[in-house]
Amino acid sequence: MELTGAEIFVRALQDEGVEIIFGYPGGAVLHIYDALYKQDKVEHILTRHEQGATHAADGYARSTGKPGVVIVTSGPGATNAVTGIATAYMDSIPMVVFTGQVPTHLIGNDAFQEADNIGITRPCVKHNFLVQDVNELAQTIKKAFYVASTGRPGPVVVDIPKDVTAQKAEYHYPEKISMRSYNPVQVGHAGQIKRAVKLMLGARRPMIYTGGGVILGNAAESLTELARALDYPVTNTLMGLGGYPATDPQFVGMLGMHGTYEANMAMHHCDVLIAIGARFDDRVTGNIEKFCPTAKIVHVDIDPSSISKNVKVDVPIVGCVDKVLKAMLKVLKEGKGQPDAAAIKEWWQQIDEWRSKDCLKYDRDSEQIKPQFVVDTFYKVSNGDAYVTSDVGQHQMWAAQYYLFDKPRRWINSGGLGTMGFGLPAAMGVQLAHRDAMVACVTGEGSIQMCIQELSTCLQYHLPIKIINLNNRYLGMVRQWQEFFYQGRYAMSYMESLPDFVKLAESYGHVGMLIDKREDVQPALEEAMQLKDRLVFMDFITDQTENVYPMIPAGGGQNEMILV
Amino acid sequence: MRHIISILMENEAGALSRVAGLFSARGYNIESLTVAPTEDPSLSRMTLVTRGTDEIIEQITKQLNKLIDVVKLMDMTEGPHIEREMMLVKVNTEGNRREELKRDADIFRGRIIDVTDETYTIELTGAGTKLDAFLETLDPEVIVEVVRSGVSGIARGDRALRI
Repeated sequence: MELTGAEIFVRALQDEGVEIIFGYPGGAVLHIYDALYKQDKVEHILTRHEQGATHAADGYARSTGKPGVVIVTSGPGATNAVTGIATAYMDSIPMVVFTGQVPTHLIGNDAFQEADNIGITRPCVKHNFLVQDVNELAQTIKKAFYVASTGRPGPVVVDIPKDVTAQKAEYHYPEKISMRSYNPVQVGHAGQIKRAVKLMLGARRPMIYTGGGVILGNAAESLTELARALDYPVTNTLMGLGGYPATDPQFVGMLGMHGTYEANMAMHHCDVLIAIGARFDDRVTGNIEKFCPTAKIVHVDIDPSSISKNVKVDVPIVGCVDKVLKAMLKVLKEGKGQPDAAAIKEWWQQIDEWRSKDCLKYDRDSEQIKPQFVVDTFYKVSNGDAYVTSDVGQHQMWAAQYYLFDKPRRWINSGGLGTMGFGLPAAMGVQLAHRDAMVACVTGEGSIQMCIQELSTCLQYHLPIKIINLNNRYLGMVRQWQEFFYQGRYAMSYMESLPDFVKLAESYGHVGMLIDKREDVQPALEEAMQLKDRLVFMDFITDQTENVYPMIPAGGGQNEMILV
Repeated sequence: MRHIISILMENEAGALSRVAGLFSARGYNIESLTVAPTEDPSLSRMTLVTRGTDEIIEQITKQLNKLIDVVKLMDMTEGPHIEREMMLVKVNTEGNRREELKRDADIFRGRIIDVTDETYTIELTGAGTKLDAFLETLDPEVIVEVVRSGVSGIARGDRALRI
C-alpha cells in the first residue's frame, strides 16, 4: 500500500523504536504533524523554542544512550535549532534532527521561511541529508539513525521538503543498512593492545585519564574493573564524570582548568598516561608545551582523528572503548606481568600528600550562602542519586566538583560548546526518559534566563524538575576572569534588573522559593524534594564574589594552579 | 611539504562543499582541487593539493576519511606517482613575436590550438612545476589569459585507488 511521505515518516519513527520526539510545528512540517496527530505510538513534546527542543532531545540521549529525536519547521525553526545541534556535535551526542524545507520547486528561490539547512548545519553535524524523492525517505531515515548512533556518535540532520511529505510511495523500512563509505571500527588492534598493557604494567607513576567516550561507549564497568585490577589512580574529564565512581578511593577528582590539585599534579608527574575516550581538550591540557612532560601515552578512542590531534601519543588504539578495555583485561589476566606494587604504593603516598591539601575546601561557616555549600548539601539530601543537569559557568564547575557521581549518564552538561541555556531543557529530556527519577538543574541567574520559556513546557508535561539557581547577581565566570585578568573591570558582567524568580516560577504554575539564609538551605532542599510532583524553582542568594578554585590560568601548565 | 590527495567519494549533491567546508573550518590550505565523476557514475574522484607538516597532513587525511561521503582516499605523494595538469595560455603575438612563442611552445611540448592575427592559444600538459616554468619563460606582457585545470594524479605501477 502506498503511503504519503508524512505517513512514511511516522511509520519509520515507530519502526525505529522512537518513543518521544521533541519539536515545534510550522508551515513546512504540517503534513508531518497531521500524521503525528493520527497515531499514539510516538509522543510529541511541544517545547517553547526550537533550541529547547534540541537540548531536551540531547538530555534524553545523554541519560539513556538512545538517539534524541527532533522535528522543527523550515527557516527560523531550523536556524533556532542550530545551537542545540552544535552542542550535541561537540559532545558527540546521538541525535536525529528533522528540519522542514520549502517544496523542492521553490528551493533556492528565497521562498517564505526558506533557509539553506544543509549548508547552515554542515559544520556542526556528523552528517546531513536532503530528501529529494519520497521513495528514498524511509531508507534515509534508517541511515540517519545508523550514522547518528554508531562509531563516534553525533547529530544527523534530515532536511525534508514539504512536497516530499505529500507525495506517495510504497513503505518499506530496512531492518539493517550498510554504507560502503561508512564502516566505523569496532575492535582494537590486538598487537597495539598488548603493547599498551606492557607499557601500563611497567609504569611507576601511572595515571588513567578518561572522558566522555567511556560514558557514550557504555564502558564504565570495564573501566572500573581495569582500574581496580591495576590499583592505578583515575581522573575524569568534565564529560567523563560518572565513568568511574567518584566516591571510590582510587578516584582523584576531575582534572583540567578547574580540576583538583591531586588530579592535575598526578597528570603532570605521571610516567605512563592511559587516556581512554578523551580528546586532550585545551581545558584539560592547559599549556600543551607543558603537558605531561615525562609521560608515555596510550590513547584509546573510537575516532582516529582524535588521536595525536593535540598531543602526540606513543600507543594509539582505535576501537570501541568497552571492547578495547575488555581486551586489555583479558591480556592482563592471561599474562604473567603484574603492576610494580612497591612503586605504585609510593605513588599513592605522593598522591595522598597532594590530596591532603584539600583543594576543594571553602568557608563552611560563612554567614553568606556559599554556592559550594548548596551543591554539597544537595548532594547529601539527594543521597548522590539525582540526575543533575547544568548550564555553563561557575555553577557548572561547582556542580562538577561537589556532586559526586558514582554512575554514568547522571551528569548532563554542555562540556564542549559550553552552551548557556542548556540546563533546563536538558533536564526536561532527562525527566521524560526517567519519569520517577530525581532530576535537578543546577544553574545561575544568567544561564537560566536563556531558555526560561521552557518552564511552560514543564507545566504542560508535569515535569517535577528541581531548579537550583545559584544567584550571585553576576555572570560569575566572566566576573571571575575580569577579577583575575582585567584588574577588576567588570564590563557588562553585572545584572541589575533581575526578575523576581519566585513570582516568575509561580506565574508559570510552579513552586518558587527564595533562600537567602544559610540555615534555610538544607530545609529548602528537603522541602523541594518532598514536592515530588511539582517543579520547584529554588533561588539561592549566594556570596557574590566567590570564585572557582583551583584554577589553571590560560597558558599555565597542569602544575601551575591557583589555589584558594 | 606538498601533498596530492586523491579521494573517491559518493557522487552526491553537496559532496564537494563538505570537503571545501572541512578545509576552511579547520584552517587547512587548498592549492588546487579538481573533481569529476569516474567510470562508475555513483563515484566522484577528487584530487586535492595541499601543504602542511606531517602532523597536519595526517589530520587532513583522518578528517577527510571521517566525512561520511568519502569512500576511500590515497596520498599520492606517499609513493611513486604521476602528476598532470593542463593549462591553456592565450598570448599576444603582435610585434614579431610569433616565431619565438612558437619555439617556446615546442620546447615545452605545447600545442597551439587557436590562432588569430594577434594571438596564439597554447595548450600545455605536465606537472605543475613544468607549467610554472613555461609561464616564467614568457614575457609577462604577452600573457593575455591563463587557465589551469588543477592537478590530477595517479599512482605508478600496481598501486590504485579503487573500491
